[in-house]
Amino acid sequence: MITSISAVAGIELRIAIRNRWVLISVLLMTLFALALVFAGSAPTGVLGIDLLTVSVASLTTLTVYLAPLLALLLSFDGISGEAERGSLPLLLTYPTSRGAILAGKAIAHILILLLAICIGYGIAGLAATLAGGASAQGVEALLRLCWTAPLLGAAFLGIGYTLSGFSRQTSTAAALAIAAWLILVVLYDLGILGALVFDDGGVFTSHVFPVLLVANPADAFRIVNVSGSQAASLASGMTNEIGAASSWASLLSLILWPALSLYVAMIVFRRYET
Amino acid sequence: MNSGRLTVENACKKYGRQEVLQDVSLSVFAGERVALLGHNGAGKTTLIKLILGLTGLTGGTIDVFGHPTGSDGARRTAAYLPETVNFHGMLTGREQLRFFARLAGESGKQVDGVLEKVGLASAADKRIGTYSKGMRQRIGLAQVLMRRPQLALLDEPTSGLDPISRRTFYDLVDELAQAGTAVFVSSHALTELEARTDRIHIMASGKLVAAGSLDALRKEAGLPTRITVKAVHEKADAVAAKLGGERVNCSSVQLTFGADEKLDRISAIAGLEKGLVEDVDLAPPSLEDLYRHFTAKGDGSDHIN
Ligand SMILES: Nc1ncnc2c1ncn2[C@@H]1O[C@H](COP(=O)(O)OP(=O)(O)OP(=O)(O)O)[C@@H](O)[C@H]1O
Ligand SMILES: [Mg+2]
Repeated sequence: MITSISAVAGIELRIAIRNRWVLISVLLMTLFALALVFAGSAPTGVLGIDLLTVSVASLTTLTVYLAPLLALLLSFDGISGEAERGSLPLLLTYPTSRGAILAGKAIAHILILLLAICIGYGIAGLAATLAGGASAQGVEALLRLCWTAPLLGAAFLGIGYTLSGFSRQTSTAAALAIAAWLILVVLYDLGILGALVFDDGGVFTSHVFPVLLVANPADAFRIVNVSGSQAASLASGMTNEIGAASSWASLLSLILWPALSLYVAMIVFRRYET
Repeated sequence: MNSGRLTVENACKKYGRQEVLQDVSLSVFAGERVALLGHNGAGKTTLIKLILGLTGLTGGTIDVFGHPTGSDGARRTAAYLPETVNFHGMLTGREQLRFFARLAGESGKQVDGVLEKVGLASAADKRIGTYSKGMRQRIGLAQVLMRRPQLALLDEPTSGLDPISRRTFYDLVDELAQAGTAVFVSSHALTELEARTDRIHIMASGKLVAAGSLDALRKEAGLPTRITVKAVHEKADAVAAKLGGERVNCSSVQLTFGADEKLDRISAIAGLEKGLVEDVDLAPPSLEDLYRHFTAKGDGSDHIN
């Protein structure tokens, strides 16, 4: 069991290094992060906040879009790609379980995400510190970003494998992955914000909206990172009480999402007919 | 259940409402080489997948050397060479095999030896993406050999191999069988199977229409044996008259008869006076003849021509 998980994780890492996925992910993260740091460096000093803290706020927004995208790109052909190549039936005749195969893939992909995020944000953080100084809160916020971003990524890895397990072809899986990203990361927010405006302070605003916000992994991630930091209250305009309450719920959501989505992916993979 | 063989009993498989396999029963013993023949869509791959537990039976039972299909024990017992193998192009042959060795719970010591055996030693560190079709097929075979399985299920293993590679392939299969592996091969390459298998199963439209050794199949089919006698110049008519055969061209006479008459016919030819016969060619019904005979008989209604 352990050997087959590590065998699968090892081979997936090797493949990702060979076809430059690792390099591309790291570069993508680093470049975007650096761009944001220097774009944000202009208006500093105004509020007396260090550049690192300001940067983390914009990196949080970047992560909301980029981490799910990277995760989906890594995972969308996890099952359908093997099936299309014809290597899945052979793999399944080996004395190992489907669970072990999926676990191996997930571990490899989480490691890649972790690497890309830590290197990218590490370099960006360093650059921000050198250019505009850092406070203890800024460092803390950056570290929080580095361990919560892989959780967000992992949630979308599970979603990617699940969609892959519903597809006979990788092209279908790719289309579904793009749709999932659009819906969960972009349209969801637009939808509930629209509803908020329409509701104009009614039951939806007080009871449904906070739940919907926490239930979405991308929003949960935003809340966890934003409410914790000093820049947060500035950026979000959220009152402190709501912040504290939903912060814990969001953290829980952010931890439950990867567990749940990977579990669902496992169930879908178990049922996949070769 | 017997633990020294593969037993398939009354296996049935439906895909939707289509009956792909109907009541197939067979067994393959340790050390035996057994062939599975059948037209495109006859159900060969389906049968192999059922044995491997890759898809579920709709009826009947399959026992893999004492283990139910799809169980961990069965998967430890059987190795599989799929019909179409496509490994990840980014990996080298050696990396791919090391991976399979680890999955099988082995150390990977045998990888080099197996690569040597299938003739890939010099290409072992090149990416599989650069391999020819035959080379990829050999990686597939290598992972079977590496596992030294009790049962090897090979689905059209020689498709895409050149004549020399085919021969080496069957040498390796013989070696496997000699080491005690039960080898089950599906194929369309009839001539090569003729010499290289102990028993043959013929399928048509999901049913097993014949099973047995080549000799047994010949007996069962009762197809005529053919002798072509090449007569000395201008003696063909004389030869035809004496042997009771049919003249097919200016110098050849053809005799067609049942298998039991063979010795009589040969001695009749040997008994002819000198100076009449130049050469004799004896052709028992080939596997192809048998295959045609059995698949035509067994209602190959949806046979694709
Ligand atoms: N997954 C599937 N879903 C539906 N029908 C299937 C499936 N797999 C096979 N079939 C059908 O089952 C029948 C037997 O297919 P199978 O692949 O076993 O044939 P085969 O004997 O291996 O043929 P070939 O010589 O072409 O490889 C075919 O009619 C095919 O259409
Ligand atoms: Mg087939």
